[in-house]
Amino acid sequence: MIVATRKPIEEIIGFLAPYDSILILGCGTCVTVCNSGGEREVALIHSALRVAQTKGLLDGKRFHEYTVKRQCDNEFLEAIKGKSYEVDAILTLACGVGVQVLAEFFPHVVCIPGLNTLFMGSSSKLGIWDERCAGCGDCRLYETGGICPITRCAKGILNGPCGGSKDGKCEVDREMDCGWIMIYERLLKLGRVQTLRTYVPPREYSLKKKPKRVMIA
Amino acid sequence: MAISLFEEKLNSKKFVVTAEVGPPKGSDLSHTKKIIELLKDRVDALNVTDHQSSVMRYPSLGVCLLIKEMGGEPILQMTCRDRNRIALQADLLFAYSRGIKNVLCLTGDAVEIGDHKDAKPVFDLDSVQLIRTIKTLESGYDLSGSKLSGKVEFFIGASCNPEADPIEPQLFKFEKKVESGARFFQTQGIYDVSSLRKFMQYARQFPVKILAGIIVLFSYKMALYMNENVPGIRVPSEVLEELRGLDRQAAEKKGIEIASRTIRKIKEENLCQGIHIMAIGREHIIPEVLEASGL
Ligand code: SF4
Ligand code: SF4
Repeated sequence: MIVATRKPIEEIIGFLAPYDSILILGCGTCVTVCNSGGEREVALIHSALRVAQTKGLLDGKRFHEYTVKRQCDNEFLEAIKGKSYEVDAILTLACGVGVQVLAEFFPHVVCIPGLNTLFMGSSSKLGIWDERCAGCGDCRLYETGGICPITRCAKGILNGPCGGSKDGKCEVDREMDCGWIMIYERLLKLGRVQTLRTYVPPREYSLKKKPKRVMIA
Repeated sequence: MAISLFEEKLNSKKFVVTAEVGPPKGSDLSHTKKIIELLKDRVDALNVTDHQSSVMRYPSLGVCLLIKEMGGEPILQMTCRDRNRIALQADLLFAYSRGIKNVLCLTGDAVEIGDHKDAKPVFDLDSVQLIRTIKTLESGYDLSGSKLSGKVEFFIGASCNPEADPIEPQLFKFEKKVESGARFFQTQGIYDVSSLRKFMQYARQFPVKILAGIIVLFSYKMALYMNENVPGIRVPSEVLEELRGLDRQAAEKKGIEIASRTIRKIKEENLCQGIHIMAIGREHIIPEVLEASGL
């Protein structure tokens, strides 16, 4: 899923200054799961903005709350079509994809991102989210025992650990496991460690040409 | 026929010595020139680091040219951190056209440990892929398959770390480097000769030359710092103890003694083809290290 965190409230307050009527719009999918943009967070931001108002910021502005099931899908945006004409800005708590779909669907309203979208990942421990895939377009997970070298090695290299790997930890952060040692250990358990002897050619960045588009029949 | 003078030396069975020169932070090359002057006839070749530890400096290529002009034998260190495959290939063409024949292929340290933490890390290629890239250029084509005018030919090197734990993934990578075309290796700094001994028992089966890395320590604090911050380095506690509590001068002497002790052992046991000395900003002490080592 997509992982995002809330922008600092000061930044959001700065964005909102020119607008009078603002819809705070949550998304019920990924960002709800990672506690950054669901119904609960919409209410939290709403009250934070009200607190700011008691301190004389954002004077006279009106806020509305709503959360759709999924902001990255037009189908769910129909529900707020009417509302979109009553406000002059939407503060969206969706990921960057959601913000863009929204902005395209409602070209007459300013759409303001309330989150910073970080990565595709999962949660390993309560409240901790880790990147797991960078959408490289050429998945290597079979050769690497199900551990992604692109996201879990700090350099995203493909032919084994760099010289900075020490005691199974990465040179970038001694608390962080070296992705390539994890791959090695996983393959060792699977009895497939010989896989690591095979040379992996340079990545095909043409697969990552921007903007990416795919047709799935 | 040897590709470079350095290769010729390695083939001659003599105990070969290389040393590392770090380019200056700025355009003033006067100190670098002094160091080159001091070392160029004392060692067999001089490595020039490529923004070592991800700290922006004068380029490796520039100092390699300077060494060449001054009559020394340069080894161009090339990392994959700052240049994509287009820029790396272009720099290799340039290096060859100016007589630089020895290239050490490295992945490069992470951007995060350096002084430009917000820079975009490239790593379009890794060290093994860079070695293959050179072989591709040597075949007369670039990575896109286009034909090149004029040939290139390099004496290709790489690094390895005999003290890595676990060692097996390092050895797999070492073999990939050999298969890809690496002909010489300069190891990460060695403090424990027994790990080099073990590594050499394995590495001897390959047709490559190996130079053991020697990092000269100059204080207890520096050794601690290296253990914690320098990728891949492991200074054993006995060595740390030798340096503890010494004043500056005494610690520097001790550092030279520790280095020369290791060098002598390597040479006496005929463990590998030579050594690679890294003095990290204190290159002026290298002649002293060599003298103390009987070289
Ligand atoms: S290799 Fe990693 S980045 Fe590429 S598709 Fe697979 S999981 Fe994603
Ligand atoms: S230490 Fe491991 S995870 Fe970190 S950059 Fe090197 S290979 Fe990648």
